[in-house]
Amino acid sequence: MTMTHSTDQIQAAIVETFKTLPDWDSRYKHIIQLGKQLPNMADADKTADNIVKGCQSQVWMTASLNDDGTITFIADSDAVIVRGLISLILRLYSGQTPQTILETRPSFIDDIEMTQHISAQRSNGLHAMIKQIQFYAIAYKMKLEQGL
Amino acid sequence: MTPVMHLNTPSHCTQSPVEPPAGFDAAAIRAQFPVLQREFNGKPLVYLDNAATTQKPRPVIDTITHFYEHDYGTVRRGVYALCEGSTRAYEEARAKVSRFINAPLSCGVIFTKGTTEAINLVATGYGRPNVGRGDEVIVSALEHHANLVPWQQLCKDVGATLKVIPINDAGELDMAAYKKLLSKKTKLVAVTHVSNALGTVNPIKAIIDEAHQAGAVVLVDGAQAASHIPIDVQALDCDFYCFSGHKLYGPSGIGVLYAKICHLDEMTPYQYGGEMIESVTFEESTFTKPPNKFEAGTPPIVQAVGLGAAIDYVNQIGLPTIAAWEAYLLDIATRKLSTIDGLHIVGTAADKVSLISFVMDQAHPLDIGTILDTEAIAIRTGHHCAQPVMKRYNLPATARASFAFYNTVDDVDRLVAGLHKVIELFE
Ligand SMILES: Cc1ncc(COP(=O)(O)O)c(C=O)c1O
Repeated sequence: MTMTHSTDQIQAAIVETFKTLPDWDSRYKHIIQLGKQLPNMADADKTADNIVKGCQSQVWMTASLNDDGTITFIADSDAVIVRGLISLILRLYSGQTPQTILETRPSFIDDIEMTQHISAQRSNGLHAMIKQIQFYAIAYKMKLEQGL
Repeated sequence: MTPVMHLNTPSHCTQSPVEPPAGFDAAAIRAQFPVLQREFNGKPLVYLDNAATTQKPRPVIDTITHFYEHDYGTVRRGVYALCEGSTRAYEEARAKVSRFINAPLSCGVIFTKGTTEAINLVATGYGRPNVGRGDEVIVSALEHHANLVPWQQLCKDVGATLKVIPINDAGELDMAAYKKLLSKKTKLVAVTHVSNALGTVNPIKAIIDEAHQAGAVVLVDGAQAASHIPIDVQALDCDFYCFSGHKLYGPSGIGVLYAKICHLDEMTPYQYGGEMIESVTFEESTFTKPPNKFEAGTPPIVQAVGLGAAIDYVNQIGLPTIAAWEAYLLDIATRKLSTIDGLHIVGTAADKVSLISFVMDQAHPLDIGTILDTEAIAIRTGHHCAQPVMKRYNLPATARASFAFYNTVDDVDRLVAGLHKVIELFE
């Protein structure tokens, strides 16, 4: 079994890191760093079917259900800042159960105090990505409940 | 393979620098635009998204406020003083627009809510009755979706074919290919005067003349031209010309369709309702003459008056002066951006308005725009509602800085500094 943290703990840890960063510049630097570190998605998975619609950059996402009932998400983008945001979102949601995903509001987005800069900007697709994750969670939850 | 390498050869840089117009005080002009005084992130705003929409000068804002406070009433309906005053102001705005584009008679000018509605009005009111099965409509590879999709859908619906004038690597129309596309089947040519994605100024007079020789009518999308280039619809001899008030320092929600009177008389109305009716029974309606025939319902009264004020403002400075200052800014910006490592300018036409589309090896356009935003620099990123243009260059998106006459050399320098910050962050 892998160590799983509660989503509250994960969000608190993300917010903690951002609090230590004094200004926009350093926060963006941090996001860019995360973006550069995010593992690349296999090119074969960057298909039209996996595109998350509603983003200004290209964003791809795949999801797979694990034997323990958790979902693993993989996502990528051609924009580095978006990759950084993906990294934060995957840290929160990937490896969680459908139930946990659907119960977890991404409050860290407001709490890292970049709302004005990041979440308000629909163009970066943050909103669309979270919707897509919830969509997968609902689909897998139904699948599990039906014993498929 | 780097698909854009061959683009970075602005012919500009080999030529001698463009001189600014004598006595032009950009700082004083900038001071007349309240929004431009704002700060974001503690830094003064550098507004470089003028191709999307322009900011409004104090006289336009004051005219609108004053009109609401003193003169506002409906138009054409009442016998009382406010209504008559409003009607007069609304029609005076129409007359100002007519003079601005040298239209022969005020009734050739129809107010719409923007360029998009003007084009749709023509696609429906002129296109439906006049374009049929087997006919052809020609657009260019530079079109904004607003001047592409209405024609594409019309062609689909009536069984006509849409033909596309290709562009070269610099972003200029291939005029030889255009001549080959024209034939007896061509019913209409819809071409943009200026490309919103690349800044290319098209040889619109030659396009119109060729089309007329082939027996086709021409619609010119002037959304990106009206704020930069003096327009004379009679000299151009275009059949239709459209532009938006909000890109001409006027209010949002108002646009202009100029059409030759002969077309307007024949065209079917685009919307039905009040103000455009001569008589109505349950069986039948007869319609009034243009322009009212095409302005169903209560029109954008105050927006029209605001547009009139914007035209007054532009005329006071003079479009030739505005164009000269913008050419100066474009020249400086092109030179400075060209020296930035890894930056490639997309669209290097010999004749351009003050707009630079670009990509960088170091960062995605969205990354560029996001970092510039932290520096209070507003640029546009994305496909600019011109996806076929992006496809032509094999790019998902570009960053676009578009300059107006209230931009300064300091704005250019702030942009350049911002781009160096982008490089520092992403390299
Ligand atoms: C070339 C061109 N055509 C048409 C339009 C549509 O104008 P509006 O949105 O004002 O209707 C635009 C606006 O971006 C444009 O740049």
